[in-house]
This record gives sequence, C-alpha cells and structure tokens, in this order.
Amino acid sequence: MELVLSAGIGVLTASGVWLLFRPRTYQVIIGLSLLSYAVNLFIFGMGRLRVDAPPVLEPGGVGGLLTHTDPIPQALVLTAIVIGFAMTALFLVVLLASRGFTGTDHVDGRE
Amino acid sequence: MNWLHHLIILPILLPIITAAALIPVDERNRTLKGVIAFTSTVVVFIISLLLMRMAASSGEGETGASVYLLGNWPAPFGIVLVLDRLSALMLVLTGVLAMATQVFSMAKWHRAGYHFHSLFQLMLAGLNGAFLTGDLFNLFVFFEMMLAASYGLLLHGSGPMRVKAGLHYIAVNLAASSLFLIGVSLIYGATGTLNMADLAMRITTIGPESRMLMEAGAALLGIAFLVKAGMWPLGFWLPATYSAATPPVAAIFAILTKVGVYILLRLSMLLFGSDAGASLGFGQSVLLYGGLLTIGFGAIGVLASQAMGRLAGYCVLVSSGTLMAAIGLGNGAVIGGALFYLVSSTLTICAFFLLIELVERARDAGADVLAVTMEAYGDVDENEDEKEGGVAVPGTMAVLGLCFCTCAILLSGLPPLSGFLAKFAMLHGVFNPGSFGGDAPVSGAEWTYTALLILSGLAAMIAMNRVGIRTFWTSIEGTIPRVFLIEITPVLLLLATCVFLSFQAGPAMRYMDATAKSLGEPQNYIGRVMSAPRAGPAGGE
Repeated sequence: MELVLSAGIGVLTASGVWLLFRPRTYQVIIGLSLLSYAVNLFIFGMGRLRVDAPPVLEPGGVGGLLTHTDPIPQALVLTAIVIGFAMTALFLVVLLASRGFTGTDHVDGRE
Repeated sequence: MNWLHHLIILPILLPIITAAALIPVDERNRTLKGVIAFTSTVVVFIISLLLMRMAASSGEGETGASVYLLGNWPAPFGIVLVLDRLSALMLVLTGVLAMATQVFSMAKWHRAGYHFHSLFQLMLAGLNGAFLTGDLFNLFVFFEMMLAASYGLLLHGSGPMRVKAGLHYIAVNLAASSLFLIGVSLIYGATGTLNMADLAMRITTIGPESRMLMEAGAALLGIAFLVKAGMWPLGFWLPATYSAATPPVAAIFAILTKVGVYILLRLSMLLFGSDAGASLGFGQSVLLYGGLLTIGFGAIGVLASQAMGRLAGYCVLVSSGTLMAAIGLGNGAVIGGALFYLVSSTLTICAFFLLIELVERARDAGADVLAVTMEAYGDVDENEDEKEGGVAVPGTMAVLGLCFCTCAILLSGLPPLSGFLAKFAMLHGVFNPGSFGGDAPVSGAEWTYTALLILSGLAAMIAMNRVGIRTFWTSIEGTIPRVFLIEITPVLLLLATCVFLSFQAGPAMRYMDATAKSLGEPQNYIGRVMSAPRAGPAGGE
C-alpha cells in the first residue's frame, strides 16, 4: 500500500513538474493540476496509512481511536482540494484571455 | 476578557463583510462602492491602532501577546489568532497603505474593471488574517485568500501586458502554494501539530528521524515564502509583474512581499530561536546569503532599468533582500532596525508606485525607448524642443518633483529622512549587538551586509537621479499632467508619514526594539497561547 501510494505521488509530481516547464499554457495547467493531485495525496498520506481496519463503527459498537488514522490531514486535504480547484479554474480563464489577446498559446504570448 | 478583546477578529471579518456587501451594488455606482469600502478600511485602521496600543501597553517585561480563541476551543486544538507587537505593527502598516491606495484608485483606476473594491477588501482580509493567525494551515488559507484576490487585482484593467504578467504570476504562485502545502503537511506528519506555539514547544523534544522530516518541511515552507518575498533565484517574476499592474494595485502589492518576510521572521524566531535545541538557527545562513544576493541583484536591476515601473520593482527586491539578510544575521539589535526599515521602505515604495503613474502622464509612450537610444547614440535632437518657448516649471510639476526627490532620498537612505535612520539603526545593530549578542567580532558576512546596504543606496541614488533628470529637467515641452487633488494627496500623506517617522524616530525605535526583544523571547508568546483562557460560561468549568 505504501509503495503504491508513494509511487503514485512520485509519478504525478514528476509529470506535473515536467509539464510545468513546458512552453504551452495548456501543458502548464495540466502540470499544475497533476501537481496539486500529488500534493493532496501527500497530505492524505501524512495521516498515516492503515489497511484492513474498520471504518468509524465496528460491528456492535463504536470503533476505538487506535484503529483509525489521523483524521486531521483528511480535513486539511478537503480545504486544499477546494482551493486548488478554484485556482485551476481561475488559471483557465487567464489562459483563455491570454490566447484571445495574443493569438497563441505560448506562455510568453509569442512563439 | 472585555469587549476590546473581540476587536482582534474585526480586521479579518469587516473586510470580508464589506467585500460581500459590495458585490450586489451596481458597477455604475462606483463612487458609492469606493466610499463604503474606504469607510470600512478606515474603521479597520482605527481598530488596528487600538490593537497596537493594546499590544504595546500590556506589560513592559512581557510580550503582551493577546490570544483570541476561534470557536472557543482551547489552544492546541482550535485555531487561534495571536496579536502581539509585530502583528499589530503590520496591521497598522497595511491600513495606511490600503487607505492611500484606495483614495488614489477612486480618481479613475477603479473604473478600469469590475469589482475592484471587493477584490481589494478581500485582499485586505487575507493580509490581516496572515498577520494575525497563529496556526500554520490557517495561514495557508489566508495566504491563498490574499493571493486569489491579488490575481484578480493584477488582472484589473486587462490588456495583453497584464494578462501575460498575470499568467506568469499565477503559475509561479500556484507552484509555490504546492510547496507550502507539502511543507505544512510534512511538519504536521513529523510533529503532530499545526499550532505555531505548540510546534515551537514540540520541536525541542522530537526524535532525530522526525527532526529530519520537520526540517525538510520547514525548508519547503521557507521556499514558498521566499518566492513571495522575491529572494534572488526565486524573484525574477517580481519586477515584470509589479510594473505591469495598475498603479494602485502595484502600490498595495508593496506589502505582499512583506508578508513573506513577516512569516519568515515570525517562524524563524519562534521555531528556530533561542530555545530550539538541536534545530537552533535552522535556515539562517540561507536567509543571510540569499538576502545578500538579492540586494546585489536588486541593486544591479535598479541601475539597469529604464522604465520607472521596473525601477520600483527592483527597489522592492532590494528592500526584501535587506530584510531577509537582517533576519539571517540573527542579531536582535539588527531586527529592531530592520522593522523600522520595513515600515519606512514599504511606505516609500507604495508612494513611489503611485507617483510614477502621475509623473508618466507627462511623457509619451515611446519616451523610455527614446531614452535608451539617447544613452547609446548621444542626444541627437537636443535643439528641436525649444520652439515652444521656455515655460516656467508649473505648480503641478513642482509638487511632483518635490515628491520624487523625497522618494529618492528615502529610497537611497540619505539623511535626514527615515530611510537613513532605518539603515543607520541596522548598521548600528551590526556593530553594537549590545545585550543581544555579546562581544563577538564583526564577521565577514556582516561586513558584506554593511557594504551592500550602502552600495544599494548609492545605486538607488544614481538611478533616481538619472530618471529624475530625464523626467523633470529635459521634458518640460511635454504636456503638463492633469493631476487631481485626490491623486496627489495620498502620495503626499504617505511621504508625510515617512517624515513623521523621521521626527518621531525615538518612540518608533523604542517600539521596534521592544518588538525585536519580544521576538527573541518566544517562551512568552508560547506561554500566552498555551494558557489562553476560554471565554464565556464554558470557561468556568
């Protein structure tokens, strides 16, 4: 499980950073999105991983605190997702405005 | 726990409420919107002054930090707002800048796009929140709020230049925000807390493996703030962005770099200050050498820029480089002077950004390109401009010129104004650490700092002289700019504040030194936060 998660974060980050350095605005926005997914998974992972554990309730009673992972990073990740989503939407608008002004999708506005 | 205590939340709440209230108001009633927003800013400013008095008066020997428990949860579990001398100082500074730029924008710039005043208020809420919060993740939220509003403000007025600058600015800041989140979550993973005071306590006791993760997290967090503050290899976006923004926006952006500096100062003193144990002084050398490089880069940029907007952008870099290096020196006596410098340089740069627009109205668009060609080929058309007859320097130009001179004196740090006093106070601190550092000899880095501080002043002087001569002496034939009273008053008031600071340097420096002293003793801050009493009937249980 740890291996899958860390490989996932690594691949997402690497692709995100590579795309971020590309000259096309569309590549940059995809890069930023991938980067923010990687960051969200990373925050999630900071609450530690636990498999084969019951969810909140156990059969016949309330689950103990010891069987849960730390819930705070999961709360943080929600905030981070919302903010990241809003920023991506904003960036998309700026990207379209830039395309409208310059007629090209190069990040510097000229080839 | 009296009603005054609840004032702490108002610098955040009031701008948010005003921003929301302004959105449904029709855009045609811009003046009404402006007046409402300005009233709210003035109220926040008065509250900030009250808070400053509260922070400064509560005991001489203590930090005087007042803690506000949001949702009335006890300290390490709930989010806290902490008001101490430093945050009160930043609140007041923000208030002064906000009032000045808002008045300036009401002359014509707020007509350049939609929802200027709402965005402005939201940015103020983010700024005030970032200065007040005592929780790392809450800091992220306020930081993002401030940035989101600043994206909108940067794009205010639109046009290809601003959209291009905005594209770069947003991309850089989104990447920095990712680093911020990674840093915060690493710190949380290693220490199990996000409360700054709690974090400062736990740092002394964590094991070596966790310490490594925590320091990696702190370093990533630091990079996010250094991008914001514009440290040398991370600050290339800054001059282009600031010179592309509309003048009132660029002027209020002068405080945005100081947010980065503020958080670096706060966290490095709190987490890696005198009680930090194994992590003592973590990252200080990065701040010191990065700051020195930034001053050097900024000074070269100041000398190289032709357009005034870029010149001001590089002045921002010099200012934040000076502050970063001052934090990196880790000497409490320098920090006191650096805080004075922070206030003085921010006010000056804000006034300068506003002034640039007024001055440049007199020049035609190609003037900067012409200036470059003239530098290269000599003044070819020197005699062509005399046909209109010599016009005496008109009143407008005299006032603008006077403001420009004051800006030049303040930026380059010449006596007698506050720019000089601030640099003097910092250098005095370098050579006389006094009670803060004992009698250690002056190190090579400190000599470099001294030299760079003086040389950057010289660079600013040369550049300002050159621009001033080109603008005020050789271009009288240009149209006399139409400057409204509402536009020149904020500039005059900002500069008057600097002059006032120069006359009242004694009390101001005492406040700054007390701030530096309280920052050097984080245990007071930590004690206040951790023992903050809960309010209301629940607190009595």
